[in-house]
Amino acid sequence: MTGTAAEGLRAARVGREAGGRLILDGVTLAPRPGTTVGLIGPNGSGKSTLLRILAGVLAPHAGVVTMDGEPLADIGRRAVARRVAVVDQHAATQDELSVLDVVRLGRIPHRRAWAAPTGEDAAAVHEALERTGLTARRDQSWHTLSGGERQRVQIARALAQRPRELLLDEPTNHLDIQHQLELLSLVASLPLTAVIALHDLNLAAMFCDRIVVLSEGRAVADGTPEQVITEELIEDVYRVRAVVTPDGPQGRPSVRFLP
Amino acid sequence: MTGSQRTAAPREHPAPVSGARPRPRGPSAALLWSGGALLLALSIAVAVTIGPARISVGDVWSAVAAHLGIGEPRLSPIRDGIIWNLRMPRTLLAAVCGAGLAVCGTVMQSLLRNPLADPFVLGVSSGASTGAVLVVVLGVGGGAVTLPAGAFIGALCSFALVMLLSHTLGGSTDRVVLSGVAAMQLFSALTSFVVMTAADAEQTRGVLFWLLGSLGGVGWTDVWICSAVLAVSLLVCLGHARTLDAFAFGQDAAAALGVNVARTRTVLLCTTALLTAALVSSAGAIGFVGLVLPHAARALTGSGHRRLLPVTALAGAVFLVWVDTLARTVLDPQEVPVGVVTALIGVPAFVAVLYRTRRAT
Repeated sequence: MTGTAAEGLRAARVGREAGGRLILDGVTLAPRPGTTVGLIGPNGSGKSTLLRILAGVLAPHAGVVTMDGEPLADIGRRAVARRVAVVDQHAATQDELSVLDVVRLGRIPHRRAWAAPTGEDAAAVHEALERTGLTARRDQSWHTLSGGERQRVQIARALAQRPRELLLDEPTNHLDIQHQLELLSLVASLPLTAVIALHDLNLAAMFCDRIVVLSEGRAVADGTPEQVITEELIEDVYRVRAVVTPDGPQGRPSVRFLP
Repeated sequence: MTGSQRTAAPREHPAPVSGARPRPRGPSAALLWSGGALLLALSIAVAVTIGPARISVGDVWSAVAAHLGIGEPRLSPIRDGIIWNLRMPRTLLAAVCGAGLAVCGTVMQSLLRNPLADPFVLGVSSGASTGAVLVVVLGVGGGAVTLPAGAFIGALCSFALVMLLSHTLGGSTDRVVLSGVAAMQLFSALTSFVVMTAADAEQTRGVLFWLLGSLGGVGWTDVWICSAVLAVSLLVCLGHARTLDAFAFGQDAAAALGVNVARTRTVLLCTTALLTAALVSSAGAIGFVGLVLPHAARALTGSGHRRLLPVTALAGAVFLVWVDTLARTVLDPQEVPVGVVTALIGVPAFVAVLYRTRRAT
């Protein structure tokens, strides 16, 4: 390991194509450990693909993803899952599972095939439930939970993996505004690196330390919310007119779209 | 709302009464397994006594003890023969088939994320039928290949076709199920074609009986082969118990939990296909056990596969022992194919499963 330059999970000029079309074209992403990074961009700009490549679920056709300097492809799927956890926009199951059952799934990458659960497994599950405020509901059935509660359970499951990086793909898509704010403030408060794809520019500006803008598979901007969320960029990337004012929390940018 | 007021603590929700107290998690694993094993042993012992010749549980015990070399033979050779050569292998094979089919169903339902998947959806049984029909009716293999061997080869051919088809079509789980359905239709049509054009009445009757599933006339060889295949398959599946749990939220979620999805699916589908092929080639196409029993077992243990798989196996074994006993005695002296009885019980259960899964989708 040479210094902090290669610390954590990072993508270097990754590309991927599908059906002869480039979905991702030389995207570099190097989140500073402990920060929350927002990925924004129109539908089809490559946000989900980038997250799947970062998670090691999809292999890049060009470029490389490294973890502490080592290529993800050399590390092994289970070892990656012990470091990197994923929360999708919508989780569904037909199985009869309790909240506890779902959170315990997060320990799968840490366990050998025939081994019984260890004290560390129990501690990780307990801590994940505590941090997400789900301890009292641990025995409740998954099917009786609301959309916001289900996403919170998925975050608890991700935390039970004890990751250093958390990747979230539009986790607030199906939630009402109260649960969107609740979920994002929970994620932003976690002591880990979070990379989160978002549709809502105001939410991205409120909760992210840095924002990367994807457009047609390329990273067209990378900086603090103040640097990135501008009227020009919104016009360029989304082809809509907007007024951006520094009225958000802590003077962060606030976006109002014009008809 | 300002940044400084943001907190990690989620809003307090009043917990509903059902969530406030722990949901009962069912009986402990040790109790379930020992209770299930005891129930199975008793079921086998009692089932063997039922039939035209009057035999007591004590007779069964002394016959078994004598053959295991831990007791003196005290039964007449005829009674001993009825127990040891007729009813015992048949009852044991019923238990092995029930356990095997139920395990196959559980694994396929979890892996393919389809509550209606069972060994027959993979097209394994229809392939077996075609293989058996070709051997019996057309004499393919010139007598060297027996009906079970033909069935086994047919089952594997059909499974290979399903894997090839689903791979060509993109390899997602619904493609596997659709390919299975396609193969099922193809091989059923082939079977019907061969029977219609080439079979005489007696052959047709023999094949039909076998196709419907029957444990009549099985011997110790069938028991040993099927038990060995079941033991190996069960070990492989139990070794993948945690991996199967990871599929609860689909294969992408499993991959994100560090599971090698393609490899797991290949290993487990091949294992279940081999097990089904072995069972079908001995006992014919006994339907609905693999479809219904996993759902019953899940209701008993929850969906953790470490607990679920052994309990499903025991439940399937006990179930088929009694269904076969019913099948061979209800119209005595005539025998009903056991597959007919499982279907009669299975169809209402199938409807119940469909009804229950309405809410989850």
